[in-house]
Amino acid sequence: MTTDPTQPLLSVRNLVTQVATPAGARSVIRDLSFDLDRGKTLCIAGESGSGKSMTALSLMQLLPKPMARVASGQAIFKGRDLFSLGEEEMRAVRGREIGMIFQEPMTSLNPVLTVGRQLVEAITAHRPMGQAAALAEARRLLEQVQIPDPARRLGQYPHELSGGMRQRVMIAIALSQGPDILIADEPTTALDVTVQAQILSLIRMLQAEKGTSVIMITHDMGVVAEMADHVLVMKDGQAVEHGDTVPLFREPKAAYTRMLLDAVPKLGEMTGTDRPKRGRAETEAAGTAPVRQPILEVRDLTVRFDIRGGILQRPVARVHAVEGLSFDLYPGETLSLVGESGCGKSTTGKALMNLVPWTGSVRVAGRETQGLSRQAMKAVLRDVQMVFQDPYASLDPRYRVGDLVAEPLLIHGIASGSELKDRVEYLFRRVGLSPDQARRYPHEFSGGQRQRISIARALSLSPKIIIADESVSALDVSIQAQVLDLLQDIQNETGISYIFISHDMAVVEQISHRVAVMYMGQFVETGTRRQIFENPQHAYTQALLSAVPVPDPTRDRRAYDPSAREIRSPIRPLDFTPKPAAFQNVGGGHFVAR
Amino acid sequence: MASEPVSAGLAAPALPGFWRRFFRRKLATAGLAVLVLIVLAAVLAPWISPYNPDEQFFDGLTLEGAPLPPNAQYWFGTDLVGRDLFSRILYGARTSLVIGILANGVSVLIGALVGITGGYFKGWASAALMRFTDLMMAFPALLLAIVLAAMFRPSLLIVALVIAMVNWVQIARVLYTETRSLAERDFIEAERALGAGTVRILTRHILPHLVPTILVYSTLGIATTVLLEATLSYLGIGVQPPTASWGNIIFENQTYFTSAPWLVFIPGAAIILLALAFNLVGDALRDLLDPTQQGHHG
Repeated sequence: MTTDPTQPLLSVRNLVTQVATPAGARSVIRDLSFDLDRGKTLCIAGESGSGKSMTALSLMQLLPKPMARVASGQAIFKGRDLFSLGEEEMRAVRGREIGMIFQEPMTSLNPVLTVGRQLVEAITAHRPMGQAAALAEARRLLEQVQIPDPARRLGQYPHELSGGMRQRVMIAIALSQGPDILIADEPTTALDVTVQAQILSLIRMLQAEKGTSVIMITHDMGVVAEMADHVLVMKDGQAVEHGDTVPLFREPKAAYTRMLLDAVPKLGEMTGTDRPKRGRAETEAAGTAPVRQPILEVRDLTVRFDIRGGILQRPVARVHAVEGLSFDLYPGETLSLVGESGCGKSTTGKALMNLVPWTGSVRVAGRETQGLSRQAMKAVLRDVQMVFQDPYASLDPRYRVGDLVAEPLLIHGIASGSELKDRVEYLFRRVGLSPDQARRYPHEFSGGQRQRISIARALSLSPKIIIADESVSALDVSIQAQVLDLLQDIQNETGISYIFISHDMAVVEQISHRVAVMYMGQFVETGTRRQIFENPQHAYTQALLSAVPVPDPTRDRRAYDPSAREIRSPIRPLDFTPKPAAFQNVGGGHFVAR
Repeated sequence: MASEPVSAGLAAPALPGFWRRFFRRKLATAGLAVLVLIVLAAVLAPWISPYNPDEQFFDGLTLEGAPLPPNAQYWFGTDLVGRDLFSRILYGARTSLVIGILANGVSVLIGALVGITGGYFKGWASAALMRFTDLMMAFPALLLAIVLAAMFRPSLLIVALVIAMVNWVQIARVLYTETRSLAERDFIEAERALGAGTVRILTRHILPHLVPTILVYSTLGIATTVLLEATLSYLGIGVQPPTASWGNIIFENQTYFTSAPWLVFIPGAAIILLALAFNLVGDALRDLLDPTQQGHHG
């Protein structure tokens, strides 16, 4: 604390980090230099593989040794070079002087210890203290991170807390020693947008109170705009641009920064337009076609799961995942189901594919799918296909991608021999891949390419509807934009309909004709994209829209709102009877739940 | 290569240059060589063994009646009753190989069937199947083997089947767990969404992922199987004397371990060698059949 306040708190010079590969050492961070000022926030932004997380791990000396090591460079912190400290000295720095929080709060907390135990452990790690005093301190820390009912939380286990609360506990642990620097590695990426907004404003509030410096690592330019005083944009282990936030957003100098900012879907960007971003000009404006037959009619779709417990595995509670959804989907239309985790949007998609048991009525091109056997459903699946969220998990790693794309054609007996080969080649070209790549295995492709392969598989049956379940969520923004364009082009060309399931309001705004906002298994608001985004009526829709981080640093930063609620759980007692949603037509097919 | 057509119908992953890549692994090649050697020894035993394995030689014992250590005449020495150990080892390879491969193969087959069905299907039938597996697991394997073996007239085939009946439980349990987690994976759901039938999912998308486990279990199981056969033989309900098996050679002679250690060490070494060879080959197969592992070998 004796250091000169005008000096940067942390000064990193010429950092080079290398990882061992079979071909020898490879630099994943090359010649990185930056300063962190006292009480300020530095955001390190970049796409996956840019080396932003490696930078944090290098600073903390938490690199997975001996696979990775800091090869050269300095990190001057309070007159010492962090890289020259031994493990023993570094341990005194970690936690006490530099705290860290990670992306996934569930895996960073120990599942078999109570929150209180873990907090006490963190508190007493550097400060010997009696049990009672430590517990009191733990409680004070939880109050500080605004957890409701902190005394009760101390005795709870991590799985009993929601994602947002777990991240608050992580922040409490990281701040328990009053560190000078808090390193936050994608702290809100795994969280819902309304929870993210709370956590971000909480970090800002605590930072202002304590004067902590923050290094925030993120891929989300919206989060950068919301948090940063300075920004460091990284690509392939190098800094491509470094500067103050407002000028950097206003006039990005590096082409890569510009590309990154352009690729981010900006909420409100589409204001005043009726069609999706690249939608076809003559897209049927609602009402022009006299009698349009919906391709998909859903009535009272309900999905409930029993939670079993006890020795006899009797049902003890029920998850009301989806409650009485009704909607139509027209040819050539994109309907987005948007909502936060646990709102039932993915379950709805699975029910439409008959992948989970459900009640109600679903008609695909006039054909009822309720109660169809797997065999009978197979014919329907030629019309409805699905693209899953995680491109790393949804392709069988043991097959060549060419075989994976050919598989649906074989399953349905549509093509064989040279026709099959031609068809697969066509599909590869259609999704922007070279047919030469068909002989490779999924792990040889990047996330975006794999998602293209998944789209090719879904397209192979020439379906009338594709259900895209968070299909671009796992992708970097630049890749995300390309995949969205691909989906839109396919729609323009073939008139296919999409059910686009997403939590990302900005993406939804770009791709949808119509939007349905879901909360607790029910629609709270449905309407055209313009109606929802330009005239949101339901309080939840409004909250959802205002929580989205906007990549505009000049916008006022929201103050912490202690009244904001966590998302409620759809788990109910067995005798619970849900109230059917009542909708009010506010004009032009814009329905709002009362 | 690029001109090769998309293989019709998702053939099992037959990889190009399989043997070339296999032989690049020194340990695996050594393992395969040992296996070939043992198989040859077993097949050619009647022609290459220097003596009749069951004949008790007058000069096969010292004047005090003790077995002879390895020497120029009896390469591996002689056993308690003056039989040539080398010949017995050669003939024993036949028994041990048959037991090892047949018993182990059948137990892996049963185990895979039970484990995969129990793991993939949900419902009371598969629950019952797995509870039965648990029951089998709780039951002392040796006791069960004794009961089964006592019910039938012991022969090589019966012994192999008895061992299979006892040994399938572990692999069933392991494959059950693996199948359950596989069945929850996204790509299986993606297959269902494409309209793939149960048979296709099980054979094309579940089974290939279980191959590593099955290979490891099949090769590890060889040693336990051979030893279980030895135990049964020792109790008199295995392979009937004077037929030689590596296991019963050890058990026949174990009391003389301190004065005639070669009688235990040599067949013991043979069992270890066989198990090791199977393991090395199995390890290599597992890596070579996994496309995500290509080029990563130590």
